[in-house]
Amino acid sequence: MSEDMIATLGQKVAADILNEPDRKIRPDEPLISSGLIDSMSLVDVAILVEDTYGVHIDDTELNADTFDTLIQLAELIQARQ
Amino acid sequence: MTTFSDILYTHYQTHPDQTAIIMQYAGQPDRPVSYRELLSGANGFASTYARRGIQPGEVVILILQHGEDLIHAFYGAILHGAIPSIMPFLTEKLLPERYRADLAALVSVTRPSAVVTYPEFEPEVYAALPVPPSGWYRAPLGEAAPDAGTSVREVIVTGQVDAPSEPDFTALGGMQRAAEDIVLLQHSSGTTGLQKGVALSHRAVLNQVETYKKALHFNPQDVIVSWLPLYHDMGLIAGFLMPILTGNPLVLMSPFDWVRSPVRLLQAISQYRGTLAWLPNFAYNFCARKIRARDLEGIDLSSWRGVINCSEPMRYESHATFLERFQPYGFRPAALMTCYAMAENTFAVSQGGVDAPVTIDKIDREAMQVERVARPAQEGRPTTHMVSAGRPIASTEVKVVDDQGRTLPERQIGELAVRSDCMLTGYYHRPDATEKAFIDGWYLTGDYGYMADGEVYVAGRKKDLIIVGGKNVYPQDLELLAMQVPGVHAGRVSAFGVFNDQTGTEDVIVVAEVDSQDPDERVRIADEIRQALNRGSAIAVRHVHIVNSPWIVKTSSGKTARLANREKYLQEVGQPVR
Repeated sequence: MSEDMIATLGQKVAADILNEPDRKIRPDEPLISSGLIDSMSLVDVAILVEDTYGVHIDDTELNADTFDTLIQLAELIQARQ
Repeated sequence: MTTFSDILYTHYQTHPDQTAIIMQYAGQPDRPVSYRELLSGANGFASTYARRGIQPGEVVILILQHGEDLIHAFYGAILHGAIPSIMPFLTEKLLPERYRADLAALVSVTRPSAVVTYPEFEPEVYAALPVPPSGWYRAPLGEAAPDAGTSVREVIVTGQVDAPSEPDFTALGGMQRAAEDIVLLQHSSGTTGLQKGVALSHRAVLNQVETYKKALHFNPQDVIVSWLPLYHDMGLIAGFLMPILTGNPLVLMSPFDWVRSPVRLLQAISQYRGTLAWLPNFAYNFCARKIRARDLEGIDLSSWRGVINCSEPMRYESHATFLERFQPYGFRPAALMTCYAMAENTFAVSQGGVDAPVTIDKIDREAMQVERVARPAQEGRPTTHMVSAGRPIASTEVKVVDDQGRTLPERQIGELAVRSDCMLTGYYHRPDATEKAFIDGWYLTGDYGYMADGEVYVAGRKKDLIIVGGKNVYPQDLELLAMQVPGVHAGRVSAFGVFNDQTGTEDVIVVAEVDSQDPDERVRIADEIRQALNRGSAIAVRHVHIVNSPWIVKTSSGKTARLANREKYLQEVGQPVR
């Protein structure tokens, strides 16, 4: 379940946010603190998660302290589903 | 009324309880700050500066985030007669080493006496101070090399600042300043920008405010809303100083909060009946595309009389996108305005869209590119929609010059030159740079453009510069970072900007030559380049294009021919060349 979600999130982030559909994102790869997802794309992450999983991430939570990797993002989504 | 302190004193005497700023914080209730509170908080800082031996006329660097500490520290320096300069705060993604190098660059040239920051950031400041400025700045011949670290006598942390207290204006150093004294420094971003502090006098800023107010038909009912960073001229002058000096309410939020929730700007306009806001071009697209419909329920934008496009190349399409999305919420087409501005002229050079709708000049694309003439377009020929930046404000004259400094006629594209009574006094401690910037009293902007019917049109930069999301970066700096990645050919990298219609700003593209044919290795190199640039600069890279040697086009002198590389890239990835 969680692995499926991580794979799906990874594909969506690569395609919709990085604009590089072939890019593989490792489950533990830092996304925000590395600058891979820049601040101007954070709101896209929130919209992507809400549209796909119906889970709301508040804008005050869009930072590396709340989630920085696909694993952490999947955990956050599961905790709220 | 010749200095900031004179004006602040008048506010304090005549309407101390009027709201000066409504401070917004994500997840917290708004906090209105009256002039009395603003100046009492500032007075706590002023007495701290005095107690710590900072003299009027000395520079104080503020490294603080959005909040009351920042505004108090800023106006405290003004009340004390010291010269405040706001430095960007370290962001989540930026490498601390990069930040330290930038801070060291700033300190080495500007030679501030004090730095104000948070207790937890104090070690970062100390880490930057002893670093020698070797390589960052070479003093001109005959001038002693500045010595980083020695100028800063005090690092003042927010926990050690005197409590707010009502100011005694007769005793304040700020009341002794003269109109021609320097009131503040503005820096642009990046290491290069931080070595050129734009020094502005009280007189220059007040002349700007007076004439820009008139151009905007500023009135007492105006309410300004801003999320712009205060280390940038648009945020500092238009979105911070002007409303406080004129006595108009300001609703101020953090750029970090806005970028995570762009609807905050519209909520603030709606809630406080905001009338004016300044935005870089990308923000039009960002607001139009990234706000959910449900977040707009109940939003009323009918009070908004001016959204002013400034600081990035302005796009006709961005205005149209913004209008289409927000007209149903009361946004009026007449509110679309434009401005051409630069820190060296304090802020605004010209303003458009106030007395009449913004002029869209339809010109022949080929004539513009080949003949450097802005010829009105004819049926059936490729056309470019140029967005007018309006007429020069009353304090400022604009002309267009060629390479030899000769004035060009209407519709000829050349370098824009500016002369005004709100011009910088000089680049602080950089007489060499100041001298180079002027020709016969005219400031050479480095922007290409033309004049038509008294209006200013900006048509590109003289130097290679990528403007992304309102931030300026030099491609050379990005190329240097990419060349440090193992596996990349030294000198065989090209960085450039490609305009993105969706985002309304430029995408940063990097092309790098490598030897390896191993697909995994090529992905690793691309990733490392992306990482190096994202963490080593203020911007984020959109695409890293890995190519085989030889690919990069060089000029006869061995420099990277960016324009040619950009065209080659666009052809290779199948995008139209424009």
